[in-house]
Amino acid sequence: MKTSADCVIIGGGVVGTALSYYLSRRGMRDVVVLERDFLASGATGRCGGGIRQQWSTEPNTRLAIESVRLWRSLEEELDADIEFLQGGYLVLAYTDEDVAQFEKNVALQRRLGLRVQTLSPREIAAEVTPYLNTEGVRMATWCSDDASANPFLTTKAYADAARRMGVDIELRTAVGAIAVEGGRVTGVRTDRGFISAPVVVNAAGSHSVPLAGGVGVELPITPFRREILVTEPLERFLHPMIISFSFGIYFRQTKHGAVIGGFADPEEPEGFNETSSLDFLVEMSRKLRHLMPVLGPVKVVRQWAGLYDVTPDAQPILGVTDSVEGLYQASGFSGHGFMIAPKVADLLAQAIVGETPDLDIERLNARRFEGGDVTLDQSVV
Amino acid sequence: MKDDVVICRCEDITYGEIVRAIDEGLTTTEELKRVLRCGMGPCQGRTCSRLIARIIAERTGRDVSEVAYPVVRPPTRPVEIGVLAGEDED
Repeated sequence: MKTSADCVIIGGGVVGTALSYYLSRRGMRDVVVLERDFLASGATGRCGGGIRQQWSTEPNTRLAIESVRLWRSLEEELDADIEFLQGGYLVLAYTDEDVAQFEKNVALQRRLGLRVQTLSPREIAAEVTPYLNTEGVRMATWCSDDASANPFLTTKAYADAARRMGVDIELRTAVGAIAVEGGRVTGVRTDRGFISAPVVVNAAGSHSVPLAGGVGVELPITPFRREILVTEPLERFLHPMIISFSFGIYFRQTKHGAVIGGFADPEEPEGFNETSSLDFLVEMSRKLRHLMPVLGPVKVVRQWAGLYDVTPDAQPILGVTDSVEGLYQASGFSGHGFMIAPKVADLLAQAIVGETPDLDIERLNARRFEGGDVTLDQSVV
Repeated sequence: MKDDVVICRCEDITYGEIVRAIDEGLTTTEELKRVLRCGMGPCQGRTCSRLIARIIAERTGRDVSEVAYPVVRPPTRPVEIGVLAGEDED
């Protein structure tokens, strides 16, 4: 392992590997990614793989639209199959609040150039899927350009492309602490030795919190377990991701054929618990059978859990750290890091090499929480 | 062993594919599972995990006892969504 680098990235998830790739593309040499286990072994590899542009605030919608622009050419650019599929997202409204919010969302999204429609239950059956039980569904929003991809293959594709440009990716290398002297980052201590670097990026998901805490930086990020399951593979019958905030569900069929999905338990206590529960397995099965009765005889083959790294406004913490020069944060993605990773990593790379990012990331700096003026996006599942 | 021998029967993954992936640096059962899907099918690796661990050991010069099997995830056997959901209340 190297003993010095121009930039050390802590975390081999999609954000860390994508960042190493975009930094190399912008000419930075000597980038090292440190991963304590294997690529995508944390939150990235446990996620549902959805890529959504339908958000309720302008900055988030813009970030998502720009990410999809990158996603569309990613397989060609990285020279790898990442199972990218623009199968669309169908967002179901059940309540008056849903309908009112969705109408506002659609107006905003259209103004920003997103092709999004509102559908009646009858139109859902005719235009998206005849298999959905629309009982109780008031309306839905539908964006056929929303997408999905395979989180492992995407992370590996970024990592392989980065390696081809000279990035060192050190697996099974745990970071014990970030080193700081006189208010400036000097490197990181790992279980395989010290690496000195003038720039360190903390992209370790929920584990970013203790790392930042070690240098006196308090990140307002709380880990919450989120559970998910996958079925046996079926012939392709469902192309979109189907989600509902009020019913509490997201699910899709992967390119491989399995149906994958989960929901967020609002009662889930905070913490680093990553075990699977029978309660989730039963409740998720009920939800799936209710929404899509044809899935009744389909077998669940596996369930697992991962951690959402949740911030007070459900938006990531990105960019410089005011109290430690050279230390950048890239965590707190609150359950939607995978989908925005391409543009987030591209913007952070621009900032690190000293360019002005082509979308505003200052709004995502941790200092936004100091004033107490935060806007919560209503579209978090 | 011949390259076209199927090691993971659920997902049709061959010896040759596994060896190539190991040579590219995927040297644990967890990494091979996530990238190749071996062990992700209905049997959840009951048939192939030991074989894959042995191939990793041979290919990387380790003892097979040093190669960990992938984490076993519930349910123990595939179960129908309708059975898990219980009596239909709809």
